[in-house]
Amino acid sequence: MRFIFKTDYDQDIDLAPHTGYFWSYGLLTAALVAAPFVFGNYFISQLVFVFIYAIVGVGLMILAGYTGLASLGHAAFLAIGAYTAAVAQKYGVPFPVYFLLAGLLAGLLGVLVGFPALRLQGIYLVIATISMGLLVEEILARWESVTNGNEGLRVKTAQVFGLEMTRDGVGFYFFCLAVLIAVLLMAMNLLRSATGRAFVAIRDSETAARSLGVDVASHKVKAFAISAAITGLAGCIFAHKMSFISPEMFTLTLSIEFIMMILIGGAGSLHGAIFGAIFVVMVDPFLTLLKDDMPGLLASAARLVGVGADNAALLQETLARWASAAGLKGAIYGAVIMLFILFEPHGIYGRWLKVKLFFNLFPLYKQATFVRQKTYMKSERGR
Amino acid sequence: MSYLQAQNLSLQFGGLKAVNDVSFSIEKGEIFTIIGPNGAGKTSIFNLISKFYRPTSGRILLDGQDVTDVPAHRIAEFGVARTFQNIELFENATVLQNLLVGRHRLNRTNLWQELLFLPSVRRSERAHRRRAEEVIEFLGLEAHRDKLISGLAYGVRKIVEVARALCSEPRLILLDEPSSGLNAEETDDMSFWIRDIRKELGVTVLMVEHDMSLVSKVSDRVLALNYGKVLTTGTSAEVQSHPDVVAAYLGA
Repeated sequence: MRFIFKTDYDQDIDLAPHTGYFWSYGLLTAALVAAPFVFGNYFISQLVFVFIYAIVGVGLMILAGYTGLASLGHAAFLAIGAYTAAVAQKYGVPFPVYFLLAGLLAGLLGVLVGFPALRLQGIYLVIATISMGLLVEEILARWESVTNGNEGLRVKTAQVFGLEMTRDGVGFYFFCLAVLIAVLLMAMNLLRSATGRAFVAIRDSETAARSLGVDVASHKVKAFAISAAITGLAGCIFAHKMSFISPEMFTLTLSIEFIMMILIGGAGSLHGAIFGAIFVVMVDPFLTLLKDDMPGLLASAARLVGVGADNAALLQETLARWASAAGLKGAIYGAVIMLFILFEPHGIYGRWLKVKLFFNLFPLYKQATFVRQKTYMKSERGR
Repeated sequence: MSYLQAQNLSLQFGGLKAVNDVSFSIEKGEIFTIIGPNGAGKTSIFNLISKFYRPTSGRILLDGQDVTDVPAHRIAEFGVARTFQNIELFENATVLQNLLVGRHRLNRTNLWQELLFLPSVRRSERAHRRRAEEVIEFLGLEAHRDKLISGLAYGVRKIVEVARALCSEPRLILLDEPSSGLNAEETDDMSFWIRDIRKELGVTVLMVEHDMSLVSKVSDRVLALNYGKVLTTGTSAEVQSHPDVVAAYLGA
């Protein structure tokens, strides 16, 4: 067990409550730095996608998880970032400039969306952000002189100070890692200072926040702007990783994927954004596995336990049909999110905390520690 | 010149006059209580002073300044803090974080400094932390400092709300039923704290309260309200024996 004995106010202000944090996060960083020299291209590519999703996750977490403003239009901010990169390239703007420009433009759109959002709450805000997403998608498809419409745009390899940063290269991997770490650090800094606390205050009680002098309107717009800007940066990286962008990559489905990432990872924690990103990126390889290998494996297993060849072939065919059914991904998402809401409302991070506590308390952990209360008084509902 | 002056305040919801031509004034350093039966308009007056409602007519003067048209989030700058009848704490944050939000109006760092957590931000955070600690000590909340609000007992939450209001270094604090839901012992503690808030911190107190023993123990003056109208103003004993007040509570 560990007891933190506080002797200094700085211990409440510092990011790491005790030295153990330097070890664990240091090791994680070292592992991520070593990864490209150990693992193959495919794995590194997947990691880059995790980083990109995690950056979006941090952005959306600030808005949805900490300020309590759900957005189902974040694909639009990603699109703004991606298209800024692609269009700026055409005019020969250097990478560092349009990378920042991508964040800036997405942030401006965030401000534009933030103002009408001041008057909307809950489900109405969700509807407003969905329509914003659809609008942006439509504009990208129709404004052919700039965006090349549905035919999309090629994105050339980024040039950083004369060096090529290919989309599968080690340099690109490190760039993504660095951006993620920078974004995470800034988010943590924000959350431990006045603005971040005001965000949380707005989420939990707008009335009280206002009575304490928090300008609710300007903070909501700020949350939208920061969230959108971070997503815009991710969009710029995303465009380079894909090397080709078109409007149909930034649909409502992607926005839903982002919000899923928040919910499954654990709303209201930055860890949650990372866990959620890992989950969302893992779903595709998992589906491929399900499609390609699962029917054959199960059929051979059936053969082993004495099922006839005809029946095994039939089984394989049926399973293959199910596994490649359209909408399987959506069904899996739906099932997973329902299971999480039922059994682990705090997401993967909630489970992580429980495991951590188990080891912290090691011999003293009681089974009843996390038994959830299933009955509520009327006044407690809706919490 | 009185510290807070309410001049002919009226608040109308459609045909209902929730507050009807109410005038009163509070001196600096006074403990002033508003009593009245349920629905008399006590909390409405609170919401008028803390600017959640705009009066239909009338004016509010604070230290000589007209604050009638100040938006709700700016009233804190005038040194007004409040608590709520049905506790409005930030449920998923710790006690300390709640208190630090109370310091929000005194914060001078901007977004860019905060994103980079410059030394100036650290200095200001340390200062806020120290001031919050003083309030924690004042109200004896040491044991609950790092606990989440969602896990606290009702009585403690009530005190945390007072603490959060005090963190904003108010000159006028509005307490909406500070003793509701507290047991006899906690109510007693609350009465000591209310007097200490005035004596040690020099804060003027305006409260709404039903518990008459608490009211007579701490208040300098009491205002009785019924159907949005002032029945009488005076010391606790005077008000309690006033025939209109007796009639309002007992009928007759």
